[in-house]
Order: sequence, then structure tokens, then C-alpha cells
Amino acid sequence: MTADALLDVRAVTKRFGGFTALDQVDMEVRAGERFGLIGPNGSGKTTMINCISGTLANEGGEIVFKGVKLDGKKPHQRTRLGIARSFQIPKPFRSLTVLENLGIALEFATGTSRSEVQERGMAILETIGLAERARANAGSLTQIDMRKLELARAMATQPELLISDEAMAGLSSTEVDDILDILFKLNEGGITIIMIEHIMRAVMRFSTRIVVLDAGRKIAEGNPDEIVNDPEVERAYLGE
Amino acid sequence: MKWPALKLSPFWLCAAAIAVLGIAVTIFDLFNINTFIFFAGYVVLQYVVLATAWNIMGGYMGYVNFGTAGFFAVGAYASVVLYNLFQAPLALMIPFAGVVCALLGLAMGYLTLRLRGVFFAIATLAMAIVLETLIINWEFVGGATGAYILRSREQAPFGDYIEFLFFVMLLLAIFAVSVARWLELSRTGRGFIAIRDDEIAAECAGVPTLRLKLIATTVSGFLMGVAGAPFALYVSFIEPSSAFNLIYAVNAIAMPMIGGATTWLGPVIGALLLGTVQQVATVTISSELNLLIVGIVLVFFVIVAPEGIVGLLKKWLGGRRDDR
Repeated sequence: MTADALLDVRAVTKRFGGFTALDQVDMEVRAGERFGLIGPNGSGKTTMINCISGTLANEGGEIVFKGVKLDGKKPHQRTRLGIARSFQIPKPFRSLTVLENLGIALEFATGTSRSEVQERGMAILETIGLAERARANAGSLTQIDMRKLELARAMATQPELLISDEAMAGLSSTEVDDILDILFKLNEGGITIIMIEHIMRAVMRFSTRIVVLDAGRKIAEGNPDEIVNDPEVERAYLGE
Repeated sequence: MKWPALKLSPFWLCAAAIAVLGIAVTIFDLFNINTFIFFAGYVVLQYVVLATAWNIMGGYMGYVNFGTAGFFAVGAYASVVLYNLFQAPLALMIPFAGVVCALLGLAMGYLTLRLRGVFFAIATLAMAIVLETLIINWEFVGGATGAYILRSREQAPFGDYIEFLFFVMLLLAIFAVSVARWLELSRTGRGFIAIRDDEIAAECAGVPTLRLKLIATTVSGFLMGVAGAPFALYVSFIEPSSAFNLIYAVNAIAMPMIGGATTWLGPVIGALLLGTVQQVATVTISSELNLLIVGIVLVFFVIVAPEGIVGLLKKWLGGRRDDR
């Protein structure tokens, strides 16, 4: 583990019955990095995210964040340590407004007092570009706005590490650029970002370093150029 | 300098007014109300407590508890135990029954941690059946044949004992509604809503979902227990099939649904409305008609006003505001 590693994943293994979703995967994310995690469908990307955020428990290996071992910690404890995630399929609190959605995260993850929720929530919505929809019901948002809400609510937990799980799937190319701009802006603000994405154009443009998973194993690691030219990666995506 | 304690909200003014009115009609026999009204009113108020207690889990958090009758009966039998041991007064029975049911709620919360939706509902129903079997086989509290609880005919300064019980249940109803309202307006209450909308997202937003669920099952259990505590004194003869009657579970679900399950006011309106209709029907038509009435009213509301009377009112008021 290098000195500036924010997140250190060591030999993490996760099985579902007889199926090994993650097999001894190592990866290291440095503070301030824009980290891409890619791989074909079923390669274990989302399982990895679930193990990091704590919604699944890994069977082997360990995950260390800021020098703290995460094993046995519940998702909300990890959130309070500074790990936030968005969900591939948006999970808004549908009976609340957009601002109230952020309020839940602000109040519970950061202990923001009720009187400050409005101000700090609006500041985050301004950054994400969702301020006009603050009073809208979260269930009534369009797809792109729901993705933005996912990111905004994750940001409301004041994370050091933001994991964006396919925030752009199914969006048009201008919308993809929209989300990319937001992620770049957040990264400039000092937040380390792990991006999981199928849209290669976006991952390659965004990431400074990429790890490729295939069938639960890490098959490649490097900068975007190295990854594009890696024969293993090509085989994983296109077959022999 | 301001005196915040003197700034009473409309809610507390209403609660105080209702309590004073309760004293006026029970102690001072204002309006000269027939004892039967208190007899029936007790049942309606008991449902206010049960529906409010159910709503903390079912309405705020989205966990449907089918075991209300189990909690209610355990509360009632907790009182029987104290009575059989040393003829304890009601003032002791109520907190004891509450604590026993709070622990039961906590245990239920722990045992059903991983169950959601319909599986949770079935587990709670099963729990009520297990509890009933236990009581049936427990001779100390009368077993299957039941137990008599002797109570005095009168209770100073209330006069008739039923008037006293009515007043006690009125205070319990005010207490239950205050607790529910306080929870609803607190951070904990907002956490409940997050759990109802999406439990995993709530957890990842920093909500300690397990702790909040246990708070809800414990508080809800406590309130159901206190609702059951005076039951044995009210009927003076208690047996398992009446104490564990499914009607409690059904009403505790139906009343918040009819009134509106997302606010504290919903179960109150639902219980007052449906409870009163049931009492009137029992006297004027037949006591067997209760469940039929619940069924018909519930079907009507699910179709016409899925968010209950409160939802209907909000929509109506909201609509008017938009017109302006």
C-alpha cells in the first residue's frame, strides 16, 4: 500500500453460492484520483462497489479506507467515514422533494442541523445543476435529473470518495457530457471518484487510471492508453 | 425576553382542551352522558391508540405489522399476571404492560431483521399465533378457559368505573398521538420515511436503518401494550380468543389506511370514524357486522382515496391553493 492510497482493496473475494463474483481482486485508489472501473457485463463491478459501500460483505480479503479496516462496518458507518455511492438504478426517496432527499443525507451522514439543511442542500443542488427542481417531488423527475439527484444525495454525505455506478447508462450523448462535467467539477473540488461505466468514451476521457475486471478477476490496470491497447482487455470485450 | 414554554402550539392546546373536556364529562358529569357512551367510547379510543401505534411502523416506515392483536393481548395478559400476583393497581399495570410489549417489539424487530414486505407481515401474524398458543397453555393466567378480574364498581372521583377507564384511555390516546407526532416531526421520523421509500438508499445516505427499525418496533409495541393493559378490567373476564381477536389487527391496519397513513392525524381520524361506525352498527344492527363494514369501507378507500382522508384533504386544499 502506498502512502497516498485512500482506498485499498486487498485480495477481496465474494461468492454467491457456487459462483465466484470476485476472485482475489486487489486495487488501490489514491486520494484525488479519477479512477475508472470497467469490465463486461457480469464481471463483478457492481459487486465490488457493494463490497466497498458495505451493502454486501466480502468473504475473503480486506478493504481499508483512510487506514481504517471496513470489515464488519455497516453501510451507514462507511458513509459517515466518507464513502458515498450513487445507484445504477436510481433509488430516490419518492415521497420526499429533491431538497428533502438531500436533507436525509445531510442530517444523518453529516449531522447537519435542520436549520442549515436548506442552505447547504441548495448549495449542492447549484453545483449539480438541479437547483430549479429543489421543490419537485423526487418521484416525478426525468431520468437525467434522477441521475443528478443520485449524485447530489451522495454529495450531501460530504464524501471523500464518490463511487458513481453507471450514472450515465441510457442517457443521450449531451446528457452524458452533462454528467461528466459534474464529475470533473466535483473532482476539482478535491473528491476522489471511482467511475463505473459502460460508455467507453466517457471512461476514457474521465479516468486517469483504469482497472478492468473480467469474470471476477482483475485482468488489466493502467492509464486509458495502456488499457485500450491491452490484448487481454480486447479479448475480454470482443472474444478470441 | 421570550418565554418559549408559554408558546403553546395548536396541537398542545387541542390536546389540553380534550383532556379538560374528558375531566368535565367523567368527573363532573357534564352533559349527563349515558354510561353506554363511555363504554363504547372506550373502545373507539383504544383503537386510536392501536391505530396510532401501528402507524409508526406501518405508515411511517412501511413495515406492515399483522400482529397487533398479539401485542394487545400480551399487554392485557401482562395486567392479568400483575393482578394474579398481588392485585396490582391499574397505574402499575399500564407501564408494566407497556414495557413487556416494548421488549416484545424489540425482540420481534431483531428476529425479523431480514424480512421485508409480505414476509415481514406473515412473520408478525405467526408471532401473534405463537403467543396465543403460549397463553392458552399457561394456567396461571387462566389458560384456554380465561380469567376473571374483579374490579370495583366505582372509582372516586369518577363515579362509575367505566367512566374512569374511559378517562384513562383518553389520556393514553393523547399520549400515543403525542409520541407519534413527536417522532414524525423528528429526525428519526424523517429517517423512517427514507426507510419506507428505499431501505438500501437510506442506509447508504447514512441512516442507521437497523437502529431506527428497532426504535419503531419498540415504541409501537409499547403503545400497543398500554392499549391492552386496561382491557381485562374493562371486560372483567378475559380469555385468549377475545384478547387475540383478529379484529384488532385488521382494524389497526384499516384505520390508518382510511384516515391516511403518512401523518399522525390519519390514524386518529380513521379510528374515530371507523370505530364509531362499528360501535353504532353493533348496537343498531348486529355485532357480527363489524368486519364486513371494515372490508367495505377499506375497499372503498383503497379505490377512491388511496392516501386516506388526510390525503384527500391535502389534495383538495393544495388544489385550491394552486387556483389562486
